[in-house]
Amino acid sequence: MIYNVPYIAVVALILIGLYAVIFKRNLIKIVIGITLIECGVNLFLITLAFRQDSIAPIYRGTGSRLMSLPVPHALTLTSIVIGVAVLALMLSLVIHIYRHYGTLDVRKIGREEE
Amino acid sequence: MNIIDDIFLLHSPALIVAIPLLGAFLTPLISKINDKIRNGFVIFIVLFTSAIVFLLANDIYSESGKIHTYVFGGSAALTQGGFAIRILFEVDGLNIFMAIIATILAIAGVIYSWAFMKENTGLDKYYTLYLLMIAGMFGMILTGDMFNFFVFLEITSIASCALIAFWTNKGTAVDAGFKYIVISAIGALFILFAVALLYGQYNALNMAVIASKIQFSFLDKIALVLLISGLAMKAGIVPMHMWLPDAYGRAPSSVTLILIGVTQASLYGALRMIFTVYGGKLTTTINQVGEVNIDLNLLLGIIIVGLALLTIFIGVLMALKENNFKRMIAFAAVAEIGYMILAIGAALTTVFSTTDTTTGIMALKGGVFHILNDALDVGLLFLVAGAIYYATKETSLNRLGGLARNMKYTTIFFLIGLLAVSGMPPMNGFASKLIIYESTYQVNPILSIIAILCSILLLAVFVKVFHSAFLGPKLPKFENVKEVPKSMLFAMGIIACIIIFIGLFPDLVVNNIVQPAVNALTNHSNYIANVIGGI
Repeated sequence: MIYNVPYIAVVALILIGLYAVIFKRNLIKIVIGITLIECGVNLFLITLAFRQDSIAPIYRGTGSRLMSLPVPHALTLTSIVIGVAVLALMLSLVIHIYRHYGTLDVRKIGREEE
Repeated sequence: MNIIDDIFLLHSPALIVAIPLLGAFLTPLISKINDKIRNGFVIFIVLFTSAIVFLLANDIYSESGKIHTYVFGGSAALTQGGFAIRILFEVDGLNIFMAIIATILAIAGVIYSWAFMKENTGLDKYYTLYLLMIAGMFGMILTGDMFNFFVFLEITSIASCALIAFWTNKGTAVDAGFKYIVISAIGALFILFAVALLYGQYNALNMAVIASKIQFSFLDKIALVLLISGLAMKAGIVPMHMWLPDAYGRAPSSVTLILIGVTQASLYGALRMIFTVYGGKLTTTINQVGEVNIDLNLLLGIIIVGLALLTIFIGVLMALKENNFKRMIAFAAVAEIGYMILAIGAALTTVFSTTDTTTGIMALKGGVFHILNDALDVGLLFLVAGAIYYATKETSLNRLGGLARNMKYTTIFFLIGLLAVSGMPPMNGFASKLIIYESTYQVNPILSIIAILCSILLLAVFVKVFHSAFLGPKLPKFENVKEVPKSMLFAMGIIACIIIFIGLFPDLVVNNIVQPAVNALTNHSNYIANVIGGI
């Protein structure tokens, strides 16, 4: 049971993130929602790599102890880097939107006549 | 000749991605020298990439069913201890077909950008992002690795989001960029989650290896749903289409052209996932109702056909009521995506039947052929809309009129695009839509009736646009409007010539380019054997 806790956390994080993206009207909260989904997916990758009693795959001289899988760690690192880029881009767009409209309410932006 | 074979052809899949990527980061440096040199450099990079694409295409088409596998890390072993550890690019008929589309769009887009974006500042960044977007698109198309696909998807999303919001002085453009990044970030995370699910079960990220091991367990079903919904978000299929009119309509037209390519690349991803990764399990029986077996391909096909009809309907109806030139074309683009997935869904329901596979193969042919035609038709219309915006600074149809007197070449190009997109002979849209109508008629007549009806409505939409923008009396405020610069006309001319060529010789294109792509889709064991055989 205790080993299922991370998976429950993954599902909870993703669902909370989706809830925030779909129902929240503040742009910052939408950005937070996306970050939460990303955290959930990253946690899932890390959990996949874990084996019972395993050590991090960077120690070499530990004899025959089990190592956790290195590939998901590499994937997670890549995914974190990409996530930071997306987050930075989204926040910079939020800044621009705030400058234009003076609000972060999704109901009040991008509605003017073109 | 030997050098070309040894270096360029052998490493071509890597070079196609590496050259634009490298060029992208060299562009800011070269812009320091001179604007003209930068423009020349960018087109040189794109043309060089295209040359390699065509070299590779020549090699792929030289014998049927040939697959070019490129393993990163050279001659090192593909597997170690039973794990497929190498990243590889695998290029078959479908990949190269998409790469050719991307090439045409990239060349036209860069040439168009020269004059279209000339008045803007920050052009070094513009071209950097432009090349980055092209590199990401090629990466998505050519890769044979699930995680790699995700990475390239994100590269493309980030670059295209920044370009959609390029006109940051307009609030609406930034808003469209934000919508796009929200949808594509969530879509990409869904895909990553699905990749993780597959990795957790099969210890592999390679598409071919996963395809050979896939069991279709409960987790695989979840992964399939996540993959399709994630890619459908990026492709703009109806319940997830709301970003598309904003992004297409508010981005600079030259960016929209590449965005169309990115959308098609996502659609390609969905095709690859369904037909190759899950290809062996498509005939699995999911449920049994009485005597009838409900197979996965039937269920998936029916769902996709339903989404397709919704996409076509909503796209056309929204286009009818829209008053903004570019948004109207964007809704027409939504409808066109509907035609592709209609054909693909219809093909899914029939292509694996034991008695008659010709209908399915034909539907698939129509769908794949329409990917090419849609990219060209909608792309041309967007370029024309951009030309009108460039000349008049106006996008609302209520305020346009009488432009045919001042912009005769643009009018001709719009007419070509109009006929092509609404499926009138002798343009290319007719060729592929006819195949779609014929094959869907055999699946269910109602499908083709709806498809034809919506195509007629699309014609009505564009005739209305043609009338209100180009015909009518000359408006006094457009007295001094001149024809757009030559490079823009040239870019539109390239696409228009290809449209007419395909329209006149559809057989040539179907037999030589589309058929290998369809074969690659239906024969997934060949794709697997190419990698597994090497292990």
